[in-house]
Amino acid sequence: MDSRPEIARAAAEAAARQSYGKLIAYLASRMRDVAGAEDALADAFAAALERWPQTGVPEKPEAWLLAVARRRRVDAIRRRLTSETGRDHLRLIAEEIEARMADEDLPDERLRLMFACAHPAIEAGVRAPLILQTILGFDAATIASAFLVSPATMGQRLVRAKSRIRETGIPFRVPERAEVGERLDAVLEAIYAAFAEGWADPDGTETRRRNLATEGIWLGRLVASLMPDEPEALGLLALMLFAEARRAARRNAAGDYVPLAEQELALWDGALIDEAETLLRRAATKGVVGRYQLEAAVQSAHTTRRLTGRTDWAAIRHLYDALSVIAASPVVSINRAVAIAEADGAAAGLSALDRLGDDKRLHDYQPYWAARAGLLARLGKTREAAAAYDRAIGLERDPAVRRFLQERRAGLAAEE
Amino acid sequence: MRYMLLIYNDEAAMANAPRVSTEQTLAAYGAYTEALKKSGAWLAGDRLRPTQAATSVRMANGKTNVLDGPYADTKEQLAGFYMIEATDIDTAIEWAARCPAASTGTVEVRPIWEMTEYLSEK
Repeated sequence: MDSRPEIARAAAEAAARQSYGKLIAYLASRMRDVAGAEDALADAFAAALERWPQTGVPEKPEAWLLAVARRRRVDAIRRRLTSETGRDHLRLIAEEIEARMADEDLPDERLRLMFACAHPAIEAGVRAPLILQTILGFDAATIASAFLVSPATMGQRLVRAKSRIRETGIPFRVPERAEVGERLDAVLEAIYAAFAEGWADPDGTETRRRNLATEGIWLGRLVASLMPDEPEALGLLALMLFAEARRAARRNAAGDYVPLAEQELALWDGALIDEAETLLRRAATKGVVGRYQLEAAVQSAHTTRRLTGRTDWAAIRHLYDALSVIAASPVVSINRAVAIAEADGAAAGLSALDRLGDDKRLHDYQPYWAARAGLLARLGKTREAAAAYDRAIGLERDPAVRRFLQERRAGLAAEE
Repeated sequence: MRYMLLIYNDEAAMANAPRVSTEQTLAAYGAYTEALKKSGAWLAGDRLRPTQAATSVRMANGKTNVLDGPYADTKEQLAGFYMIEATDIDTAIEWAARCPAASTGTVEVRPIWEMTEYLSEK
């Protein structure tokens, strides 16, 4: 008997992890209200933790949660309305009937939800964060760190965007081809951010983040299969598969971080790399270059080391030049500086980094300080390198990478 | 859902427009209104006299304060409106884009705050 609450809790958590986005998408697209769907689902999870320890976990936990969430929503509307108009009453009855039928397999409405979040009537900067929150259940703080914004600001923006979806009547549908452009950008950005967030946790030690890389690839496959003529959708999927292919090589047997240049090629997943190459070639036939195709091409250039034994840094540098024209960002600038250092020497790379110094966002950005430290060390500027390593170590949340940076920093001291 | 399409135009420019273009504008609005009505989306709509005919009223300390002129002095002025029925913002935006004012000024799309929603949200 004692383990029952734990079994119930584990079942609720599993449902939350596996089905959160599907449940929210299903509820929100019917209610046309994301915030309302989140509230209703939160109520349903609370009810599950209360009921399941006594009644046992239902056969279909998702269907149970959905039925309760819908019932809560109906109750909430009833309570709040002083008088029901005929039309509203009919809608409520219909909802109840549908709620009883929810035992069927849950239809996947996540693409519709993503495109609602990516609607042009939503402030551009909040579209991808909104997708991450609704599809993956991220809290504002996690999203804020991925987008280099303060948690309070991000929280406010998300709340405002959710009200806008309900108030302005944004539809939950996949747009026609002609109107896809701008909306697809936000959808792809969100998928990539989810993947990157999961990729940042290679050990899978954090339950919350463990499945995100897989989720990102799954969503990427979904979009690529529904929009096979969108080169950037193909490019993004290729990019994620290239990165995923190297997952096993990113840590050695002792769990230590292995930088890309030192990774064991035998650990790279050849099948994934081949699939990525095919996707990238198919994207190229569409004749429209974009950010994700360029980034995938960078990954492709890295993986040619598998065949030639060396990395073509000049090509990578050119790809980053192109990227900084069409999709400039601090991350691109840092990677470009690293490529310049490999192609033209550490001094050239460092001066490229120096030119970024004014960007305040970089002051709390680990890759900037790690790149800086590495280049300073190569130039023999030991004291400055040590200070940069300290900054990088202080900002890194992954212990394996921290250990790696600490070892490099210790190596400096030995040379002094 | 019900939406208001609020039409903003530079009324000085409209006043100075040559007669031919005024006639064309009139015809364009006529066709647009007809299309709205045919589709069943039209609920209401009218043109407003320019802001020189506007009067702003405020009550202060129990006294009625009447001012000639509009509430706000802006580059473009409220010149008319349509109220339409549309399934969602996309349909409302489509109608707004077809409105002649979208080419000469700005059409602001605002959902009506229905009483039932107002009561449940407030």
